[in-house]
This record gives sequence, structure tokens and C-alpha cells, in this order.
Amino acid sequence: MTVAGTAGPAQAAPPDIAARDARRRRGRRRERGYPLYLIPGAALFLAVIAVPFGMNVWISLNRWQGVGPMTWTGLANYRRLFADSVFWSSFWHNVLLVVAMAVVPTALGLVIAAALFDYLGKKFGPRTASVIRACIYLPQVMPLAVMGVVWGWILAPEGGALNSALRDVGLASLAHDWLGDPKTALYSVMAVLVWIQIGFPLVVFMAGLQRIDPALYEAAELDGASWARRFRHVTVPQIRPEFYVVLLMCTIAALKAFAPIYVLTRGGPGFSTDIPSYFSYQNFFEKTQVGYGAATATVLAVITLIITAVFITVQFRHQDEEG
Amino acid sequence: MSVYTARLARSRPQGRRGRGYPVLAGFVLLALLMLAPFALVAMNALKTSADYAAHGPLAWPRSLSLDNLKTFWNLVDFSHVLLNSALISGAVAILAVLLSILNAYALGIGRVRGRTWIIVAFLIANLLPQEGLVYPLYYLAKQVGLYDTRTAVVIIFTVIQSAFGTYLLSSVLGAFPREILEAARIDGAGTWRILWRVVVPVSRPTLMVLLTFFFIWTWNEFLLPLVFLVSNQNQTVPVALGVAQGEHIVDVTMQAASGLLGILPAVAFFLVFQRTLTRGVTVGAVK
Repeated sequence: MTVAGTAGPAQAAPPDIAARDARRRRGRRRERGYPLYLIPGAALFLAVIAVPFGMNVWISLNRWQGVGPMTWTGLANYRRLFADSVFWSSFWHNVLLVVAMAVVPTALGLVIAAALFDYLGKKFGPRTASVIRACIYLPQVMPLAVMGVVWGWILAPEGGALNSALRDVGLASLAHDWLGDPKTALYSVMAVLVWIQIGFPLVVFMAGLQRIDPALYEAAELDGASWARRFRHVTVPQIRPEFYVVLLMCTIAALKAFAPIYVLTRGGPGFSTDIPSYFSYQNFFEKTQVGYGAATATVLAVITLIITAVFITVQFRHQDEEG
Repeated sequence: MSVYTARLARSRPQGRRGRGYPVLAGFVLLALLMLAPFALVAMNALKTSADYAAHGPLAWPRSLSLDNLKTFWNLVDFSHVLLNSALISGAVAILAVLLSILNAYALGIGRVRGRTWIIVAFLIANLLPQEGLVYPLYYLAKQVGLYDTRTAVVIIFTVIQSAFGTYLLSSVLGAFPREILEAARIDGAGTWRILWRVVVPVSRPTLMVLLTFFFIWTWNEFLLPLVFLVSNQNQTVPVALGVAQGEHIVDVTMQAASGLLGILPAVAFFLVFQRTLTRGVTVGAVK
């Protein structure tokens, strides 16, 4: 691929046009080679993502047990789904899991990150702050299913660490079958998820804070701004790009909270901790109502895409206002 | 940054730290609270069942015993399970990085027509709930004889992880210094040579972050491995533990032992990759 050759035929033209033509031709030639690199990626994308998702939508329009013939039922699965109180309660549980995995960890993560960076790090050195950060981040590198096993053991009604601790400090009356009682099961799962998730916003926010011009903090401090005021007027506005990304990623993670539900409660007791993700799994593999499960999965996918689109739109609008 | 902290440290008399100690204590308490579940699991996994029954989960072990760890290890054939996880995650990490490079080379450097939409498609593929893919993938895998094989899981996660890798790497390569590419081109290098001799070596730090992340993300996956790897000898660590939770385990001590076996490899990765992990989170979040 020689550069000199491409300029050859255009030599008669005025130099700037010749140069432009050469550039354009070179550009075209460049583009011809590159799409080849997309072939393996595109083929695998079609086979593993696009075609299966298309099939999922197709299956959702049928009644099917996974074997034997499909019966076309149009939107019947969706009508049934929207009238199904179990689905709606699972949907509501998922909203609460968004609170536990996105809203609470993002809010707490922001305050903890600012305190570690702007207060503790400055008074006791950045090493102290980073050790504490590492401790809080640790659950984030663990498999969710393993965290489920650990907390299932801690929350066990007999011989579990939490109830034993309560008995030891004389609060035996508070000891409880945390995951086995429909009244407390979902809240217990939520508490576990906050513990698991909080490290992620913290690490992202602390990385974002390093980006902020220290002069801003210095100026605020010289003006006598308290920690709380610096947090409100320097940290929060400056950290906004990270804030949106974290909230979006955590919300999507909450919609995929299959593993902790599977390991901790299997959606029970009753349906008290069921979420759409687990609901679709049950319909696929336990009840063999594949069409109904596929409809649930499609709705879940649509919700995920809508939330993503909304977040990205709001984020861009904010950027426009500022820029 | 460091200049600033240094100046600040100098301008602050040591005495002013005093008011900070209650805050420090609060944070240490928070850190201990975060670590407590790990410590409790480790402590109880090393107890005998009799000790556990007699003194409960909060007492220090009277004697250290590996019995429960050994029993659980043999029950799920843990060495095999570890090997499965390592093979699957390792293969996915390498293949997904390769695929991300190829895609991102065409999109970020080649600026292929319609690249914005192609990148959006990859981003959607990464965000799409796996629930929307699991049944058709399960059905297709059965048709082609890949059901209950590690190969199926490797192929699927290679594509899912590389969807994120493509998205991230395309924007990184989009900012690749043009002069370097131009220089290589003038030296007569074709696109293939430029990719392996110029682009890959220069982007190595980003590729290492992706490799680490793909490995750990795949190691931690649950839904698809649960559905695809039904037989014991193909299961990964999270699946073996998650399934055992409901099935064989009756003894609480053994449950703690299984938790510890699940935690240890992840702690090892955390210690080995700590710097890459925190740097990687930053890379992922900013773009």
C-alpha cells in the first residue's frame, strides 16, 4: 500500500484539487480494507445476540412448551402478563431492588467518597483513604452467587451469625428467620445488596474526584466554606458525569439481580422476593411456559433499553446546558 | 495533585488532626463492618462441626480443622470446578480481547461508515438482559450439540464481553495518534501489520485492563453457566456453590466452608489485580 502511487493520475489538476482527490481516494481505499475486520465480530454478534433475541421475541408471541409445535397466540402472553398480579408484584420488588442497588449506594457512595477524599485523605494521608476504599470495594470483586452463600449463612435462623450476635447482646427478641419470613425477606435481601454494591460508586466517584481541579477546593476552603458546603457546591456539580454513569450501571445491575435471588431465596417465601428476571427463569425452566417466560424477558429488555435511553438523554441535556 | 497535598500537609499543624479522629474511627468501623462477613466465614469454615454446635458462630475456634473444607471440596469436586472456571474465564478473556481489537480497529481507526450505529448496537448487546437470550441460546446449543459444554459458555461470553470491549476500545482507538499511523503507512505497512505492530503494542495498558475485567466478570457470571452447565464436571465456582446451597448442604459449618472456598480465589484476584481493577473502573466510567 504505497501512498505515492495514488497521486499519479491526478497530476494534471491544480495542486490543491489533486491533493484533495488523492486524500479522498486514499480515504476510500482505507475504508475498503477495514470492514473486513468486522466480519468475525458481526457474524458472532448475529449468532449469539441478534438472532437469539429475535427468536425470544418470536417465541413470546406463541404458546410453547419448549418441545413440540408452537401455537401462534399473538399478544396473548403479554395480555396475560399485564394482568398477572405475581408479575406486577415481582416488578415492584425490582423497583425496591433499584433503591437498594442504585439509589442508596450512589447517595452513600458520593458522601463517603467526598469524605474520604476531601477530609480523611487530607488529614490522615491518601494511603489511609485508599485502604478504607479497598475494604469497602472488596465485595464488588466477589461473585454475586458466593456473596449469596455467605449471607445465606449469616442470616440463617438457627446457627446463623446475625441471630447469634443478637442473642449474645441480649436482643434475643429481635432474632428472626430473616429470609424465611415474607415480611422481612425482601428487606433482608435489600440490605445485603446495599452491602455488595456500595463499593462500585465509591471507587468511581473517588477516581472522578482526582479529576477536579484542586484550586476549586482550595478557593472554597480559603473562603471559609465548611465541608458540607464544599460537598454541595464543588463536589456534586463537578462529579456529575460519573454520577449519571454510576446510577445507570447500578440500575441495570439491579434489573439483572438473578444470582442473589436464586441463591438467597429462590423468589420465596411464596413470591415475596420474586423479580421479573427470576420469574422468567421459572417460566422457562421450571414451568416450561416458554412463551410466557419469553414475554417477561422481552418486557425486561424493553425496560432496560428505555431506562438507558432516558439516562443518556438527560445526561446529554445537562451537558448542553453547561457547555 | 501531590504538590497540593504536600502543601496542605505543611500548612496544617498536626494538632488539627485531633478533631478528625472521631471521623477516622467512624470510617474504620465502616471498613470493619464491610470485612466482618468475610472474617466470620473464614473463622467458622476452620471450625469442627462439634465446636460450632457447642459455641456458636461468634466464638473463636477451639482448634483449627480443615475437615469441613475437605468434605465440601470432595463433595463438589472443587479442583475440577476451579479448573473449569479458570479455563472458561481465561479463554473468554483472551478471545474477547482479540475480538474487541478487531472490531474497534475497524470502528475507531478505520472509521467504517455507519460506525456510530454499529457501536450503539454493541452497547445494546452488552446492556441487554441475558434473560432475553437464555432460552434461544439454550435451544440452539441443544440443536448443535453444544449443550452442557464449556465451549458454548466460552463462545457466548466472548461475544457478550467483547460487546463492551468494542464500545470502550473504539473510543480509545478513535483518539489514537494519527501521525503514528501515517508514519507506519508511509513505511509501507498494510492495515494488518499496522494493527499488530503499532496499534496493539501502543494500546497495551487498555488491553490489559480489559483482559483483567473480562476474566473476573466471566468468573462471576451465574445465570448462563447455571443453565448451560448442568453436569457436575462442567460447573464453574459460582454455579457449584449456588446449586450446592440448596441441595447437599445440611450442616451450617459446611456452608461457611463453601463460602470460604468461593471467596478465596476472588480475594487472590483482588490482591493481584487491585491496581488494574481500580484503574479499570475509571476507564469504564469516564467514557
